[in-house]
Amino acid sequence: MDFLKIFSRNSGPSKNVAKERLKLVLVHDRTNCSPHFLDMVKGDIIKVISDYAEIDESGLDIKLTKTKRDEDDTMVPALVANIPIKKMKDRKGI
Amino acid sequence: MGEVIVITSGKGGVGKTTTTANLGTALSQLGYKVVVVDADIGLRNLDVVMGLENRIVYDLVDIVEGVCRLNQGLIKDKRYDGLYLLPAAQTKDKNAINPKQMLKLTSELKEMFDYVLVDCPAGIEQGFKNAIAGADRAIVITTPEISAVRDADRIIGILEASDLANPLLVINRIRVDMVKRGDMMDIDDIIDILAIDLLGVVPDDESIVISTNKGEPAAADKNSLAGQAYRNIARRIKGEEVPFVDMDTSESFMTKLKKVFGLAK
Repeated sequence: MDFLKIFSRNSGPSKNVAKERLKLVLVHDRTNCSPHFLDMVKGDIIKVISDYAEIDESGLDIKLTKTKRDEDDTMVPALVANIPIKKMKDRKGI
Repeated sequence: MGEVIVITSGKGGVGKTTTTANLGTALSQLGYKVVVVDADIGLRNLDVVMGLENRIVYDLVDIVEGVCRLNQGLIKDKRYDGLYLLPAAQTKDKNAINPKQMLKLTSELKEMFDYVLVDCPAGIEQGFKNAIAGADRAIVITTPEISAVRDADRIIGILEASDLANPLLVINRIRVDMVKRGDMMDIDDIIDILAIDLLGVVPDDESIVISTNKGEPAAADKNSLAGQAYRNIARRIKGEEVPFVDMDTSESFMTKLKKVFGLAK
């Protein structure tokens, strides 16, 4: 009984557990919902960045993940893009 | 010209049929002409919840296949003026109709009624696609459980991809005592996750079981808390601004509800 009390105090109200689990599972669900989503984002990012820099397209990595929100440490979905830049383009006149 | 509203959830057993029956009853009591359509072909249930199971002659598939005229398939609820039921077929399956036929049916019903409420089957397959085919608006039902909210999220995504943007949320079977002690996700938690507008909150209430036993929708019972919640939702559907706490309900429930909404301590 004591053990259970300690356990419940440590994990907090069960709704917080539910919320965290739900948020994580939805990150997955939401990406699975549209398989082309990341490809589309990737293509558009390449288009935009290419105006300013030469990038290594083979090394480009985009994924949907979760990260801690600054203010309250709750997990939120985040789009993380890792874009290796070969060199900046000459943008004279801008 | 009326409006077609589909009532959907993804997950089964969260209260789509109960909500359809109660909103139909509540809207008819507000003076509207309403038809509730059971789109769950093969698993017909709206008829028993409405208490009209003994009066079925024809069904939705009969109408679509031209076995009978639309008027012959509609069952008039004699207790509530302007309320009609269009029952699902029980011996056919979901592939008996297609979205195009459903669209034609609902557009005909729209000409005859102020509100056409479509009770959607659980799942995201053919039956779901049929049910949403002719809808102008969607109401998504969930309960404060992780599985129901997850499925609601999926349904919202599919609805938005099917041009049914801005579905409205009804949170069913909320238990004030469990929310209070932190063992049930509250309204804010769920809205925060699903990120859609709230249409109403229905408390977990024994009167729903009792009224379903009798085949008399709780919305017609002045003493039912859930019935009151459904009556409020009906008024919001017609565009009225109804506060989420109702003054008609009992004092203790008021205080409890206020706590849920953060209005009292």
